[in-house]
Amino acid sequence: MIPFLDIPMQALFGQLLLGLINGSFYALLSLGLAVIFGLLNIINFTHGAQYMLGAFVAWMLLNYLGIGYWWALLLAPLIVGASGVVIERLLISRLYKLDHIYGLLLTFGIALIMQGLLRNQYGASGMPYAIPPELAGGQRLSFMFLPNYRAWVIVASVIVCLGTWLLIERTRLGAYLRAATENPGLTQAFGINVPLLVTLTYGFGVGLAALAGVLAAPIYSVNPNMGADIIIVVFAVVVIGGMGSILGAIASGFALGLVEGLTKVFYPEASTTVIFVIMAIVLLVKPAGLFGRTA
Amino acid sequence: MRIVTACAAAALVLCAAVPGSAQEKTLKIGVLNDQSGLYADMGGLGSVAAARLAVEDSGLLEKGWKIEVVGADHQNKPDVASNIARRWFDVDGVDVITDVTNSAVALALSQLAREKNKVELASGAATSELTGKACSPNTIHWTHDTWALANGTGKAIVETGGDTWFFMTADYAFGHALERDTEAVVLKSGGKVLGKVLTPLNTADFSSFLLQAQGSGAKIVGLANSGVDTSNSIKQAAEFGIVDGGQKLAGLLVYITDVHAAGLPIAQGLILESAFYWDLNEGSRAFSERFAKAMNGRKPSMVQAGVYSSIIHYLKAVEALGGDSKDGAAVVAKMKSMPTEDIAMGKGEIRVDGRKIHDMYLFEVKKPSESKGPWDYYTLRSTIPAAEAFRPLDQGGCPLVVN
Repeated sequence: MIPFLDIPMQALFGQLLLGLINGSFYALLSLGLAVIFGLLNIINFTHGAQYMLGAFVAWMLLNYLGIGYWWALLLAPLIVGASGVVIERLLISRLYKLDHIYGLLLTFGIALIMQGLLRNQYGASGMPYAIPPELAGGQRLSFMFLPNYRAWVIVASVIVCLGTWLLIERTRLGAYLRAATENPGLTQAFGINVPLLVTLTYGFGVGLAALAGVLAAPIYSVNPNMGADIIIVVFAVVVIGGMGSILGAIASGFALGLVEGLTKVFYPEASTTVIFVIMAIVLLVKPAGLFGRTA
Repeated sequence: MRIVTACAAAALVLCAAVPGSAQEKTLKIGVLNDQSGLYADMGGLGSVAAARLAVEDSGLLEKGWKIEVVGADHQNKPDVASNIARRWFDVDGVDVITDVTNSAVALALSQLAREKNKVELASGAATSELTGKACSPNTIHWTHDTWALANGTGKAIVETGGDTWFFMTADYAFGHALERDTEAVVLKSGGKVLGKVLTPLNTADFSSFLLQAQGSGAKIVGLANSGVDTSNSIKQAAEFGIVDGGQKLAGLLVYITDVHAAGLPIAQGLILESAFYWDLNEGSRAFSERFAKAMNGRKPSMVQAGVYSSIIHYLKAVEALGGDSKDGAAVVAKMKSMPTEDIAMGKGEIRVDGRKIHDMYLFEVKKPSESKGPWDYYTLRSTIPAAEAFRPLDQGGCPLVVN
């Protein structure tokens, strides 16, 4: 094959594919964040902890109750989503009238508490969670070895992202949701229960984070810090995509995964910073983000 | 009235005089390490618990000494660590700082301890620079170092046919030192290094780097990293079929907590070097049992055992000096003059360059079928005697060594 800047094309394809896999996680997480920000106007800093919680619930289901991966994929988002509903009703709902910063502080605090409690109980190294036997092994493609599980992550993530997008943009429920985002007072006047819609939306966003957590459990160790490590990057992704923009979150999630993947080939030392460099540039050129409406 | 005042004054004077006359000996031990991040399990609060056990076992509390152990989280940031250490030294009266996981932090604090004439007992840091060019009369490097790891694990692997290497290196002082020392061993033994990649500290996804390692065709993928970085790379290497494809992993610094995190099905067969294993002998088992009681059933890592061992010896030295801990360099000199001995790490000694030497052990990670349960992970392959395990005194370039 033709080498490109000293890197064989083969290796490049492999890295792009890997970038896409990481992008899947970014997309899933930033999607949830965007949905929550769009409707609640809350910057949900607990999102990373809820992603971590998804992985932990999957681990607990397996180790304490013997419930395997596929059921966890369904149950963990429901359980964590329900905990999100409780948090929204009890705490977050009191802050809607206040400045953004209060919501940010509250959710950040909740995240720290969750991480601290789990770290105390399970340590910081993480616990192993095996890849489900149906997805073990991998395919030897012409340019790389692709583990079946990672391929599954891409497929699952694309399906969930598209599904969510369709739900919000193409259904009646989604129309209510968008209406409530635009003008909550008027929407309520039409007889739609906006507070309920808000609560369910938060639960849904949190459930998405938990789903990403279950998907991540077999790849990364189930670790109390896993959310804290990824959430900062995901926030950068959301800012680049445009706060509150569903399509922006999905597209920039996958795109930045690719960019990060490429950086790991050409200048690996910068792979953890490249997203922030892009964020800075985007903010300078287009402050509302690539897909954002001007605030 | 005058009498009353006089009596009151006398009482005050007497009161004030009482504590002074008791000749109380007080010491303060600071455990500074990563308590929340990727190195928190191999050091962290476990090191604080280990230091407390050492204080209990020193027998000094029974003699009326007051010894306090404090701990703090440096978040793997040398600037945060320096701030805490300055406050400890200047304001809180801390005499000795121990553990100091993270080589970048240990190097920074070694300077500071020298400047303030305090003591640094590094257990969780690995860079061999600490007893090389950057050695200090106030620092002792206790448990392991990159030279020892490279010459233990690295050599053993080259000797069994692993002569072409690709390094995955944590991008900071420790990773660079470990890679450098291992590369030297590989080249000296007639091997070749086919490539390397620097990975940012605390990387969640190593797949891209593993793919580069796979592409290099090297027989051995050397993991010059540690903590969660190591367990993640081992897990993901299994996922990407690195080992199935005929390449072998060399974990150059693997703690038992990393094996615990990766799980035996994935970590089995890994060869690693350690200064300590809980199930090594009677003493290590006794220490580990007490440690486990304090730490939720977890077994100690070699770093935590090293913290225990170093504090035991430190307290012996301060006792020999009559309780005078003010002159850090004098305490370290005293420590160097005495042989070390404790239940966790057995017998050893401290060289003039600050390197504590003891036997090192090569272990192989057990197969799941061989393990009796959690923490039963290692089989002893061989013992490297203390005299060979560490860098010869004249090769480190430490200015304290007079040729």
